[in-house]
Amino acid sequence: MLHPTKRRALEREPGLAGYRPPAGGFDELLDEEGRARPVWRHFVEGFAGLSEAELKRRTARGEQYLHDAGVFFRRQGAEGPGGRTWPFSPVPLILHEREWRRLAGGLARRARLLEAVMADLYGEGRLVAEGLLPAGPVAASPAWLRPLVGVKPASGHHLHFVAFDVCRRPDGGWRVLRDRTDSPAGAGTALETRLATQRVFQELFQESHVHRLAGFFRAFRDAMGALDRVGGGRVGMLTAGPGGANYFEHAYLARYLGFMLFEGEDIAIENGAATIRTVAGPRPLGVLWRRLRAGRADPLELDETSAVGVPGLVDALREGALSAVNALGSGVLEDPALAPHLPRVAEAGGGPAAGSAEGWWAAAPEPGPFSTAPAWTGGALRSEPVTLRLFLARTAEGWQAMPGGYARLGGVSAEDPGAVADIWAVSDEPVPIDTMTARPSDTYRRPLPGTLPSRAADNLFWLGRYVERAEAAIRLLRALHLRMAETGARDNPLLASLRDYLRDLPLDPGETVPQGLLRTLDSALVCASRVHDRFSIDGWTALRNLNEAAEEMARTARAGDDTAHIMTSLLHRLAGLSGLVHENMYRFTGWRFLILGRELERASGTASALAHFADPAAPEGALDLAMEIGDCTMTYQRRYSLGTHRNMVVDLMVFDAMNPRSILFLLERMRSLIALLPGAEVHGVMSPLARAALRAHAAIAVETPETVDGAALAALGEQLDGLSDLVSGAYLT
Amino acid sequence: MLYDIALSIRQHYDAPAAASRQTLRLLPPTLSGAQHVVAAAVDISPGPADRRDRRDFFGNMATDLAFGGAHEEVVYSLAARVRREAGRASLPESAPVTALAEEIATIRSLAPDAPHHFLAASPRLPEEPAFVEYARAALPAGAGAAEAVEAVGLALNRDMAFDAKATEVDTPALEAFRRRRGVCQDFTHAMIACLRALGIPAGYVSGFLRTVPPPGRPRLQGADAMHAWVRAWCGQSAGWVEYDPTNACLAGDGHVAVARGRDYSDVAPVRGVLRSAGSQTSRHEVTMTPVGERDGMDEPGRRR
Repeated sequence: MLHPTKRRALEREPGLAGYRPPAGGFDELLDEEGRARPVWRHFVEGFAGLSEAELKRRTARGEQYLHDAGVFFRRQGAEGPGGRTWPFSPVPLILHEREWRRLAGGLARRARLLEAVMADLYGEGRLVAEGLLPAGPVAASPAWLRPLVGVKPASGHHLHFVAFDVCRRPDGGWRVLRDRTDSPAGAGTALETRLATQRVFQELFQESHVHRLAGFFRAFRDAMGALDRVGGGRVGMLTAGPGGANYFEHAYLARYLGFMLFEGEDIAIENGAATIRTVAGPRPLGVLWRRLRAGRADPLELDETSAVGVPGLVDALREGALSAVNALGSGVLEDPALAPHLPRVAEAGGGPAAGSAEGWWAAAPEPGPFSTAPAWTGGALRSEPVTLRLFLARTAEGWQAMPGGYARLGGVSAEDPGAVADIWAVSDEPVPIDTMTARPSDTYRRPLPGTLPSRAADNLFWLGRYVERAEAAIRLLRALHLRMAETGARDNPLLASLRDYLRDLPLDPGETVPQGLLRTLDSALVCASRVHDRFSIDGWTALRNLNEAAEEMARTARAGDDTAHIMTSLLHRLAGLSGLVHENMYRFTGWRFLILGRELERASGTASALAHFADPAAPEGALDLAMEIGDCTMTYQRRYSLGTHRNMVVDLMVFDAMNPRSILFLLERMRSLIALLPGAEVHGVMSPLARAALRAHAAIAVETPETVDGAALAALGEQLDGLSDLVSGAYLT
Repeated sequence: MLYDIALSIRQHYDAPAAASRQTLRLLPPTLSGAQHVVAAAVDISPGPADRRDRRDFFGNMATDLAFGGAHEEVVYSLAARVRREAGRASLPESAPVTALAEEIATIRSLAPDAPHHFLAASPRLPEEPAFVEYARAALPAGAGAAEAVEAVGLALNRDMAFDAKATEVDTPALEAFRRRRGVCQDFTHAMIACLRALGIPAGYVSGFLRTVPPPGRPRLQGADAMHAWVRAWCGQSAGWVEYDPTNACLAGDGHVAVARGRDYSDVAPVRGVLRSAGSQTSRHEVTMTPVGERDGMDEPGRRR
């Protein structure tokens, strides 16, 4: 039922046809007369000037951005990667900066109060003793962590980054629905939503004097860095890993803020101090931004069933050697049973009476009625109940609020996912343009070398191996299906031999796109997921698309020509992926492990293929096949222009220094990569890995094509396996 | 009564454990009016890379250990001499169960001994309707809190069978209760859950039992491994009552306490995280002998 005055007034806002807020409530966009509120007017005019088609086109652009950025991508259990659509509404929620400041000021007061409550609940316990807080709900809260009682945070504060869910009451005043103090999620969502919204309303955003978010994040980053006393400014982010719901947001934030992304096993506690397990040995860690529930952070002293924490973390906190943000146990403040007591606590502490008069402290357990705001979904502007997620960080200047955040529209019922929109805090005057990049006045800090976590190196190494393994499998499958097409599927000794070889890998030659290949590709994607903060975003997207394409093709591929074509297209995609990685990845330790994995896998694959297909007893055509899968056919034809001869093939694929796929070439590359790894040489003494690489290299270099027989190739294969084990033992565990 | 206590826990790993961390709760504390520790020491073999002793939230003695190198076996040994005072001979006068809630609400404290900690669900004891039903049926009408404790303890002792093979250390309390079989840990967990369901704050005590009973008294169940029993808060005047549901008796001068908490997770004698691929087996041996009597060690026992 539409309010009569509103019905009339709607005609004054023709651009908003169809937008009908319910009567009697507070609408963010329209006032009681049905006119756009002053702070919205500029946006409404611009919005009305866009045709529906144009709006759809722009919204699609924003959604595409969200999809590509991968921030909303989630891995769905064991069934393989899957995406989900983020319900993005491009129309922002607009607040005047005056309104936003009032909101931010109230939330900062609330954050200070929560800090005081926190310090007391883990300290003197006066609030309970004086009857201001009930003992029962505190003792019953699973988030009140007894091992932390009496532990003073090294930074001097328990809370450094908090969020609040806020709604507006019908009278226009604000109130807090939920305090989020444990490890509040959504800062990455806010950033991504901002970037997507900017893409949809580029000009409007430029003209609207919208406060930028970068200043907030920079202040938070600097404040976190300043907490560190041992690690040279390194800030770690502890996540539950790709299995966790918000992993991609964590990876995105780590990248944006320049923090190191850790899983539990990356961190070790030694003698009460936290260290990072890196490929160059332990490195000190002083600050940890925790992105998992506190109870899961230490299986030794907290939730014993947690598999994602750091055993002994509480010990490091007790010793004061590590700052955790937020302090472990801050989730107790989220307990709804405590919220009703906060006004009295605030008053007793001489807190702002104004705050309680505004109804600030009354965190509302009852939902709604919320104010309404516009959501642009399904090609129409609808009025939906709205709540705001707002963020505050403790900085050098005290609590600072993010001038934005995100709004949740609708989603009040379980079936309705609701939509997410950006929040614009707008000024009447132009606002400073701010970015995360360093300003000329900032001191230049050289990034510290040698901080590649062993787990990240392990994943990069195996990513290199899996991608190469997939490429070899694709070449073999293409060779198989090409020949099947040529021979009309009649069986012959060469096909039989090729099928035997495939079965050993194991790839089922009866399947067009074998499950074994899909598993290898999926393993590569899992590895890439776990180094999401270090791996090229484009590379990751390419790998994800490759996986999706392979799975899609597996459903329809027909044996023979069709599958050969499919394999060629997969090969092209893989080449694209390699190009992206090699052109764009920073050539430091992580890259070395990636390439080392690739070269090792390639040398090992070539050795085993030659042992099989260059065997004197191999059927006719096997030598051509060996060169085809080694991608050497063109070179061979140019150099020899004769029939295929076994020793020439071996010469080309094992010894030729000009062939980047020859085993000798690969071993030389591996040796030079190994020589650059930490500890490769100490006081002139080679590491066991460097020695083993030299031995493998020398063993093959002294041979000739005539002497390289099946036994020599098998011995080489074993030496290469030994190298892989040595790499793992020295750096990756 | 003065006792000598000897305990050894031998943990064997199928695959050598690399780095590992453990927290031990093996050292008995001095508890005013109940027990006095003359001397106690824990010995660890192989020696850990790092070892610290501290008190945990509930006042228990905790020993944090870190092992660096790979090892296949660890042995933790405790040697202690403890004087145990005579316990309660009979149930104290106590407030009616129905009056407890009001009394609890007046206690403005989160000190380790405050009843608030022992009323709500805890990590190993989520709220379960099965316990509520059972506890209500066992509760005599108009009972005082202490009578209720005994009534629930007797009922469980009657209905549950002691069976060292029925459960493992990680078997959920509800599962053992459903099967009506288990060891002292299962009896104790079931009783705590039932008492909480009635609104009686209840917690877990780990400790030792005298190995060989005094002449003319039966040998108690659970004496060949670390034992467990219940402590329950029966109102301001009665205070804490300790009851052993496995043996259907009040904890007396044959019980020496080691650690107290909400459930097993707070008091586990060895709590640890290790990086190892294989599984582990563990073997316990315990003796608790009055000083001056012959060493009563007979059959070495397994866990429990």
